[in-house]
Amino acid sequence: MSDATRPAPVLTPDTAFFWEACARGELVAQRCGDCGDLAHPPRPMCPKCHSVRRETARLSGRGEVHSWIVPRHPAPIGFAEPPVVALIQLDEGVRLVSNLVDVPLTEVRTGLRVEVTFAATAGGRAVPVFRRAT
Amino acid sequence: MFGRTGRPVAIAGIGQTTYSRRDERSELQLAAEASLAALTDAGLDPAEVDGLITYTLDPADEIGMTRSLGVRDLAWTSRVPGGGAGSLATVYQAAAAVASGACETVVVWRAINQGAAYRYGQPQAGGAFQPGGGTQSLLWCMPFGAQAPATWAALAIQRYMHVYGVTNRDFGRIAVLHRKHAATNPAAIFYGKPITLEEHQASRWIVEPVLRLLDCCLENAGAAAAVITTLERARDLRQKPVRIVAGAQSIPPNVEVISNYYHDDLTVMPEAIGTSKRLWAQSGLGPRDMQVALLYDAFTPNVMKQLEAFGFCKHGEARDFVADGRCELSGTIPTNTHGGHSGEGYIHGMNLVTEGVRQVRGTAANQVKRVDNVLVSSGMAGAVFSRV
Repeated sequence: MSDATRPAPVLTPDTAFFWEACARGELVAQRCGDCGDLAHPPRPMCPKCHSVRRETARLSGRGEVHSWIVPRHPAPIGFAEPPVVALIQLDEGVRLVSNLVDVPLTEVRTGLRVEVTFAATAGGRAVPVFRRAT
Repeated sequence: MFGRTGRPVAIAGIGQTTYSRRDERSELQLAAEASLAALTDAGLDPAEVDGLITYTLDPADEIGMTRSLGVRDLAWTSRVPGGGAGSLATVYQAAAAVASGACETVVVWRAINQGAAYRYGQPQAGGAFQPGGGTQSLLWCMPFGAQAPATWAALAIQRYMHVYGVTNRDFGRIAVLHRKHAATNPAAIFYGKPITLEEHQASRWIVEPVLRLLDCCLENAGAAAAVITTLERARDLRQKPVRIVAGAQSIPPNVEVISNYYHDDLTVMPEAIGTSKRLWAQSGLGPRDMQVALLYDAFTPNVMKQLEAFGFCKHGEARDFVADGRCELSGTIPTNTHGGHSGEGYIHGMNLVTEGVRQVRGTAANQVKRVDNVLVSSGMAGAVFSRV
């Protein structure tokens, strides 16, 4: 049983595949089953070809910091220290909200190259977070 | 004419409750009191109201309002999405409903009472969060500690700061401006309480390095309302009509309400640019024709991004525009003359509407001279109010 306190993601019919992949240690995005367009956050219908066929695309997990902040007050629920919240621009072209881990605040900057790792949440799930790229 | 084919429409009355940090009244009571004040201002019997419009987020309900106000037979109700960003859509949809002939007299309202029951600034996480009103994508924020509005907004704003070299001190000038205007507005929560830029810089970080406490809208209680009817009817009522010459909503692709991270260029507000294009096209007016701008400020940076979106200055130039005093009462486009949401109070956009009407009537606490046209924008929606 994990003692992680990070809030668990809320799974919905359109998003469960993403979080289930995280539990396997994989970063994925939704890919249209007909035209191949990548989408994040996922959506039930492709806005380009209107297909409802969905595939799961494995991503490289590499990208860069598009923007970043530190929520100081009120303290976020489930974190011992305020996390660095970062918007990650992945090399495949999609963006996602995540955390930057193991980077001193003085070294956090827009454009920093990062790679994915995973953090445990309450309830035994996992979410993608990013560290400095090796 | 409103829109391409509709009857001309006007705001005939405005009303509000006291604005304060604590209030014992229910939102329904606040909504009913503000609405009654707006109808009294117009000289209209509440029985004549046949339309009610508010936000998806508003706790007061249409049935409760009809039972409280004594509305005889409601013909139109609708609710607008987008939280505060959508607030001006209430006025726009009321104008469109009246212009089309679907109804004659619409009350728009917003009642808010942040205190014991809920506070928008507090973090929400995990299963306690119920997405609604276009906030589905907040589910992608919660597990990462982005759990409150200031955090959601700041993550996009930091990109603007990075690209244009804007600092929190630059945002502070908006906070100082708001508190200066609020200081001489007796209805404002911060009446008589201006701040300095140094006091802004000494206030604690809410979200580093973007927002300090004094950049944020207030958690407070109060309600505001307005009455929209035909220009023809408004001419026969108690107040000088304030004509709505343009109204618009705009929600471009991949734009979100507050977790607005997925459109191409995070340094701009595509929704405000869309609203801007529609308002200027409908009215035949432009930024130079406005004497006052009332721009929704959940947080001070929103004001800068709207100044740019509506063409008062170029993209990336709002920092200098504000620093040069252009938004002061003596400037080229007096902005948030009531004190904004960080100075007058946070009635979630509806107190932009009441101030816009006062400026056109000539009755504002910080009245600008010779006001013909006022821009009122909440980003995802907006309107132009004009003197008849």
